[in-house]
Amino acid sequence: MIAATLAFYLFSALAIVGALNVIFQRNPVHSVLWLIFTFFNAAGLFVLLGAEFVAMILVIVYVGAVAVLFLFVVMMLDINITMVREGFLKYLPVGLLVGGILLAELITVFAGWVMSDSADVLRAAPAPDPSDIGNTEALGLILYTDYIYVFQAAGIILLVAMIGSIVLTHRTRAGVRKQVIGEQNARRPSDTLEVVKVESGKGLQ
Amino acid sequence: MEELLTEYLPILIFIGIAFVMAIAMVTASLIAGPSNPDPEKTSAYECGFEPFDDSRSKFDVRFYLVAILFIIFDLEVAFLFPWAVSLSGIGLFGFWSMMIFLGVLTIGFVYEWRKGALEWE
Repeated sequence: MIAATLAFYLFSALAIVGALNVIFQRNPVHSVLWLIFTFFNAAGLFVLLGAEFVAMILVIVYVGAVAVLFLFVVMMLDINITMVREGFLKYLPVGLLVGGILLAELITVFAGWVMSDSADVLRAAPAPDPSDIGNTEALGLILYTDYIYVFQAAGIILLVAMIGSIVLTHRTRAGVRKQVIGEQNARRPSDTLEVVKVESGKGLQ
Repeated sequence: MEELLTEYLPILIFIGIAFVMAIAMVTASLIAGPSNPDPEKTSAYECGFEPFDDSRSKFDVRFYLVAILFIIFDLEVAFLFPWAVSLSGIGLFGFWSMMIFLGVLTIGFVYEWRKGALEWE
Protein backbone atom coordinates (compact mmCIF):
# COMPACT_ATOMS: atom_id res chain seq x y z
CA MET A 1 0.00 0.00 0.00
CA ILE A 2 2.30 2.71 -1.26
CA ALA A 3 -0.70 5.04 -1.78
CA ALA A 4 -1.63 4.84 1.91
CA THR A 5 1.90 5.74 2.95
CA LEU A 6 1.99 8.63 0.51
CA ALA A 7 -1.42 9.82 1.72
CA PHE A 8 -0.21 9.64 5.32
CA TYR A 9 2.78 11.86 4.58
CA LEU A 10 0.62 14.23 2.53
CA PHE A 11 -1.99 14.62 5.27
CA SER A 12 0.52 14.95 8.09
CA ALA A 13 2.62 17.49 6.22
CA LEU A 14 -0.47 19.54 5.34
CA ALA A 15 -1.73 19.28 8.94
CA ILE A 16 1.55 20.66 10.24
CA VAL A 17 1.52 23.46 7.66
CA GLY A 18 -2.06 24.26 8.65
CA ALA A 19 -1.27 24.23 12.35
CA LEU A 20 1.71 26.53 11.88
CA ASN A 21 -0.45 28.89 9.85
CA VAL A 22 -3.04 28.98 12.65
CA ILE A 23 -0.34 30.42 14.90
CA PHE A 24 1.42 32.71 12.45
CA GLN A 25 -1.50 34.31 10.65
CA ARG A 26 -1.95 37.96 11.56
CA ASN A 27 -5.65 38.01 10.93
CA PRO A 28 -7.50 35.86 13.50
CA VAL A 29 -10.23 35.03 10.98
CA HIS A 30 -7.57 33.55 8.66
CA SER A 31 -6.29 31.57 11.63
CA VAL A 32 -9.70 29.96 12.05
CA LEU A 33 -9.84 29.12 8.34
CA TRP A 34 -6.45 27.42 8.62
CA LEU A 35 -7.75 25.59 11.67
CA ILE A 36 -10.57 24.19 9.52
CA PHE A 37 -7.94 23.06 7.00
CA THR A 38 -6.04 21.32 9.80
CA PHE A 39 -9.24 19.57 10.95
CA PHE A 40 -9.76 18.20 7.44
CA ASN A 41 -6.25 16.79 7.35
CA ALA A 42 -6.70 15.24 10.79
CA ALA A 43 -9.88 13.61 9.47
CA GLY A 44 -7.83 12.19 6.59
CA LEU A 45 -5.33 10.76 9.08
CA PHE A 46 -8.16 9.14 11.04
CA VAL A 47 -9.42 7.47 7.86
CA LEU A 48 -5.92 6.10 7.25
CA LEU A 49 -6.01 4.63 10.78
CA GLY A 50 -9.28 2.90 9.94
CA ALA A 51 -11.30 5.10 12.31
CA GLU A 52 -13.95 6.15 9.80
CA PHE A 53 -16.54 7.19 12.33
CA VAL A 54 -14.18 9.50 14.20
CA ALA A 55 -13.11 11.03 10.89
CA MET A 56 -16.68 11.78 9.84
CA ILE A 57 -17.58 13.13 13.27
CA LEU A 58 -14.52 15.36 13.09
CA VAL A 59 -15.78 16.79 9.82
CA ILE A 60 -19.41 17.14 10.95
CA VAL A 61 -18.86 18.46 14.46
CA TYR A 62 -15.53 20.28 14.31
CA VAL A 63 -15.59 21.64 10.79
CA GLY A 64 -19.33 22.10 10.64
CA ALA A 65 -20.06 23.49 14.05
CA VAL A 66 -17.07 24.26 16.26
CA ALA A 67 -15.26 26.19 13.53
CA VAL A 68 -18.37 28.30 12.96
CA LEU A 69 -18.52 29.00 16.68
CA PHE A 70 -14.84 30.00 16.65
CA LEU A 71 -15.53 32.37 13.75
CA PHE A 72 -18.38 33.99 15.68
CA VAL A 73 -16.24 34.33 18.79
CA VAL A 74 -13.34 35.82 16.81
CA MET A 75 -15.68 38.25 15.08
CA MET A 76 -17.41 39.13 18.33
CA LEU A 77 -14.12 40.04 19.99
CA ASP A 78 -13.62 42.99 17.64
CA ILE A 79 -9.85 42.53 17.58
CA ASN A 80 -7.81 45.43 16.39
CA ILE A 81 -4.68 43.85 14.96
CA THR A 82 -2.40 46.82 15.61
CA MET A 83 -3.52 46.97 19.23
CA VAL A 84 -2.83 43.26 19.66
CA ARG A 85 0.67 43.70 18.33
CA GLU A 86 1.38 46.66 20.63
CA GLY A 87 1.23 44.50 23.73
CA PHE A 88 3.54 41.86 22.26
CA LEU A 89 6.70 42.78 24.19
CA LYS A 90 4.77 43.42 27.37
CA TYR A 91 3.22 39.95 27.40
CA LEU A 92 6.29 38.14 26.05
CA PRO A 93 7.79 37.21 29.48
CA VAL A 94 4.47 35.84 30.75
CA GLY A 95 3.95 33.89 27.54
CA LEU A 96 7.45 32.46 27.66
CA LEU A 97 6.96 31.51 31.31
CA VAL A 98 3.69 29.66 30.66
CA GLY A 99 5.12 28.03 27.53
CA GLY A 100 8.25 27.00 29.42
CA ILE A 101 6.24 25.39 32.22
CA LEU A 102 4.16 23.48 29.67
CA LEU A 103 7.29 22.35 27.83
CA ALA A 104 8.89 21.18 31.10
CA GLU A 105 5.74 19.23 31.95
CA LEU A 106 5.65 17.59 28.54
CA ILE A 107 9.34 16.66 28.80
CA THR A 108 8.77 15.14 32.24
CA VAL A 109 5.84 13.13 30.96
CA PHE A 110 7.64 11.81 27.88
CA ALA A 111 10.94 11.18 29.67
CA GLY A 112 9.23 9.15 32.37
CA TRP A 113 7.13 7.18 29.87
CA VAL A 114 7.46 3.45 30.40
CA MET A 115 5.46 0.98 28.34
CA SER A 116 3.68 -1.58 30.48
CA ASP A 117 4.44 -5.19 29.57
CA SER A 118 0.78 -5.98 29.19
CA ALA A 119 0.08 -2.83 27.11
CA ASP A 120 0.06 -4.61 23.77
CA VAL A 121 -2.31 -7.31 25.01
CA LEU A 122 -4.62 -4.78 26.62
CA ARG A 123 -4.69 -2.65 23.50
CA ALA A 124 -5.53 -5.55 21.23
CA ALA A 125 -8.10 -7.21 23.51
CA PRO A 126 -11.23 -5.04 23.15
CA ALA A 127 -10.72 -4.10 19.49
CA PRO A 128 -12.81 -6.20 17.12
CA ASP A 129 -11.44 -7.24 13.76
CA PRO A 130 -12.21 -4.41 11.32
CA SER A 131 -12.79 -6.82 8.47
CA ASP A 132 -15.95 -8.40 9.92
CA ILE A 133 -17.56 -5.46 11.73
CA GLY A 134 -18.03 -1.85 10.70
CA ASN A 135 -16.46 0.95 12.64
CA THR A 136 -19.70 2.67 13.57
CA GLU A 137 -21.41 -0.58 14.53
CA ALA A 138 -18.53 -1.68 16.76
CA LEU A 139 -18.80 1.62 18.63
CA GLY A 140 -22.55 1.36 18.93
CA LEU A 141 -22.40 -2.14 20.36
CA ILE A 142 -20.52 -1.01 23.46
CA LEU A 143 -21.24 2.70 23.85
CA TYR A 144 -24.90 2.47 24.90
CA THR A 145 -24.70 -0.62 27.07
CA ASP A 146 -21.22 -1.22 28.51
CA TYR A 147 -20.46 2.49 28.83
CA ILE A 148 -23.94 3.67 29.76
CA TYR A 149 -22.80 5.87 32.66
CA VAL A 150 -20.31 7.74 30.51
CA PHE A 151 -22.95 8.06 27.80
CA GLN A 152 -25.54 9.49 30.20
CA ALA A 153 -22.91 11.80 31.68
CA ALA A 154 -22.34 13.12 28.15
CA GLY A 155 -26.05 13.85 27.95
CA ILE A 156 -25.96 15.74 31.27
CA ILE A 157 -22.94 17.74 30.12
CA LEU A 158 -24.76 18.72 26.93
CA LEU A 159 -27.78 19.76 29.02
CA VAL A 160 -25.59 21.89 31.29
CA ALA A 161 -23.94 23.50 28.25
CA MET A 162 -27.34 24.27 26.77
CA ILE A 163 -28.74 25.84 29.93
CA GLY A 164 -25.48 27.63 30.71
CA SER A 165 -25.25 29.31 27.33
CA ILE A 166 -28.88 30.42 27.54
CA VAL A 167 -28.45 31.81 31.06
CA LEU A 168 -25.28 33.65 30.07
CA THR A 169 -26.26 35.12 26.73
CA HIS A 170 -30.02 35.19 26.40
CA ARG A 171 -31.63 38.56 26.99
CA THR A 172 -35.26 39.34 26.51
CA ARG A 173 -35.40 42.71 24.85
CA ALA A 174 -37.80 45.26 26.23
CA GLY A 175 -40.20 47.02 23.91
CA VAL A 176 -40.36 44.31 21.29
CA ARG A 177 -43.89 43.68 20.08
CA LYS A 178 -44.38 39.99 19.52
CA GLN A 179 -47.25 38.18 17.97
CA VAL A 180 -48.89 36.04 20.64
CA ILE A 181 -51.20 33.76 18.72
CA GLY A 182 -52.91 32.45 21.85
CA GLU A 183 -53.96 35.94 22.87
CA GLN A 184 -55.25 36.67 19.39
CA ASN A 185 -57.33 33.53 19.35
CA ALA A 186 -58.68 34.18 22.84
CA ARG A 187 -60.10 37.56 21.84
CA ARG A 188 -63.85 37.56 21.52
CA PRO A 189 -65.96 40.15 19.69
CA SER A 190 -67.84 40.82 22.93
CA ASP A 191 -64.63 42.08 24.61
CA THR A 192 -63.94 44.79 22.09
CA LEU A 193 -67.02 45.48 20.03
CA GLU A 194 -70.26 47.15 21.03
CA VAL A 195 -73.32 47.73 18.95
CA VAL A 196 -74.86 51.09 19.70
CA LYS A 197 -78.27 52.23 18.58
CA VAL A 198 -77.98 55.83 17.51
CA GLU A 199 -81.21 57.82 17.50
CA SER A 200 -81.61 60.13 14.56
CA GLY A 201 -80.58 63.72 15.17
CA LYS A 202 -78.67 62.95 18.36
CA GLY A 203 -75.21 61.46 17.88
CA LEU A 204 -73.06 59.68 20.43
CA GLN A 205 -72.70 61.40 23.81
CA MET B 1 -8.07 -2.36 6.46
CA GLU B 2 -6.78 -2.41 2.89
CA GLU B 3 -10.31 -2.74 1.56
CA LEU B 4 -11.47 0.21 3.62
CA LEU B 5 -8.71 2.43 2.28
CA THR B 6 -9.40 1.32 -1.29
CA GLU B 7 -12.99 2.43 -0.79
CA TYR B 8 -11.79 5.85 0.23
CA LEU B 9 -9.34 6.20 -2.67
CA PRO B 10 -11.92 7.73 -5.08
CA ILE B 11 -12.62 10.48 -2.52
CA LEU B 12 -8.93 11.29 -2.32
CA ILE B 13 -8.74 11.37 -6.12
CA PHE B 14 -11.76 13.69 -6.26
CA ILE B 15 -10.20 16.02 -3.71
CA GLY B 16 -7.03 16.03 -5.78
CA ILE B 17 -8.93 16.82 -8.99
CA ALA B 18 -10.91 19.60 -7.25
CA PHE B 19 -7.69 21.08 -5.89
CA VAL B 20 -5.92 20.98 -9.27
CA MET B 21 -8.94 22.49 -11.03
CA ALA B 22 -9.25 25.33 -8.54
CA ILE B 23 -5.55 26.14 -8.81
CA ALA B 24 -5.70 25.89 -12.61
CA MET B 25 -8.63 28.30 -12.85
CA VAL B 26 -7.04 30.89 -10.59
CA THR B 27 -3.66 30.74 -12.31
CA ALA B 28 -5.24 30.73 -15.78
CA SER B 29 -7.17 33.91 -15.05
CA LEU B 30 -4.05 35.40 -13.51
CA ILE B 31 -1.97 34.66 -16.59
CA ALA B 32 -4.52 35.11 -19.37
CA GLY B 33 -6.55 38.01 -17.97
CA PRO B 34 -5.41 41.54 -18.90
CA SER B 35 -4.29 43.57 -15.92
CA ASN B 36 -3.10 47.18 -16.33
CA PRO B 37 -3.99 48.90 -13.10
CA ASP B 38 -3.76 52.67 -12.77
CA PRO B 39 -4.84 54.92 -9.91
CA GLU B 40 -8.11 55.89 -11.61
CA LYS B 41 -9.09 52.29 -12.19
CA THR B 42 -8.37 51.09 -8.67
CA SER B 43 -9.96 54.04 -6.85
CA ALA B 44 -13.61 54.05 -5.74
CA TYR B 45 -15.70 54.43 -8.87
CA GLU B 46 -18.39 57.07 -9.45
CA CYS B 47 -20.96 56.65 -6.72
CA GLY B 48 -18.70 54.37 -4.69
CA PHE B 49 -16.99 55.86 -1.68
CA GLU B 50 -14.03 55.24 0.57
CA PRO B 51 -14.92 53.11 3.61
CA PHE B 52 -15.89 55.23 6.62
CA ASP B 53 -14.89 52.67 9.17
CA ASP B 54 -13.22 49.36 9.77
CA SER B 55 -15.34 46.52 8.48
CA ARG B 56 -14.82 44.56 11.69
CA SER B 57 -17.51 45.34 14.14
CA LYS B 58 -18.90 43.55 17.14
CA PHE B 59 -21.36 40.79 16.35
CA ASP B 60 -24.50 40.37 18.33
CA VAL B 61 -24.09 37.70 21.01
CA ARG B 62 -27.27 36.06 19.75
CA PHE B 63 -25.36 34.56 16.81
CA TYR B 64 -23.15 32.82 19.33
CA LEU B 65 -26.16 31.44 21.18
CA VAL B 66 -27.63 30.03 17.98
CA ALA B 67 -24.26 28.49 17.06
CA ILE B 68 -23.76 26.81 20.43
CA LEU B 69 -27.31 25.42 20.49
CA PHE B 70 -26.64 24.07 17.00
CA ILE B 71 -23.45 22.34 18.18
CA ILE B 72 -25.28 20.69 21.06
CA PHE B 73 -27.97 19.21 18.84
CA ASP B 74 -25.32 18.30 16.27
CA LEU B 75 -23.57 16.21 18.93
CA GLU B 76 -26.86 14.66 19.95
CA VAL B 77 -27.41 13.53 16.35
CA ALA B 78 -23.81 12.27 16.18
CA PHE B 79 -24.64 9.93 19.05
CA LEU B 80 -27.68 8.66 17.16
CA PHE B 81 -25.69 7.26 14.21
CA PRO B 82 -23.91 4.33 15.94
CA TRP B 83 -27.07 3.65 17.94
CA ALA B 84 -29.18 3.33 14.80
CA VAL B 85 -26.62 1.05 13.14
CA SER B 86 -26.22 -1.31 16.10
CA LEU B 87 -29.77 -1.28 17.48
CA SER B 88 -30.37 -4.93 16.60
CA GLY B 89 -27.33 -5.93 18.65
CA ILE B 90 -27.84 -3.93 21.83
CA GLY B 91 -31.43 -4.88 22.52
CA LEU B 92 -33.97 -3.17 24.74
CA PHE B 93 -31.37 -1.95 27.22
CA GLY B 94 -29.53 -0.01 24.53
CA PHE B 95 -32.82 1.35 23.24
CA TRP B 96 -33.88 2.73 26.62
CA SER B 97 -30.37 3.99 27.30
CA MET B 98 -30.73 6.22 24.25
CA MET B 99 -34.28 7.20 25.21
CA ILE B 100 -33.03 8.47 28.60
CA PHE B 101 -30.27 10.41 26.82
CA LEU B 102 -32.80 11.96 24.47
CA GLY B 103 -35.11 12.64 27.41
CA VAL B 104 -32.40 14.58 29.25
CA LEU B 105 -31.76 16.67 26.15
CA THR B 106 -35.48 17.17 25.62
CA ILE B 107 -35.59 18.81 29.06
CA GLY B 108 -33.01 21.26 27.75
CA PHE B 109 -34.96 21.71 24.55
CA VAL B 110 -38.18 22.50 26.44
CA TYR B 111 -36.20 24.93 28.63
CA GLU B 112 -34.83 26.87 25.68
CA TRP B 113 -38.19 26.85 23.94
CA ARG B 114 -39.93 28.29 27.00
CA LYS B 115 -37.13 30.81 27.52
CA GLY B 116 -37.57 31.99 23.95
CA ALA B 117 -33.94 31.31 23.06
CA LEU B 118 -35.00 29.91 19.71
CA GLU B 119 -36.82 33.07 18.74
CA TRP B 120 -34.90 35.81 17.05
CA GLU B 121 -36.74 38.83 18.42
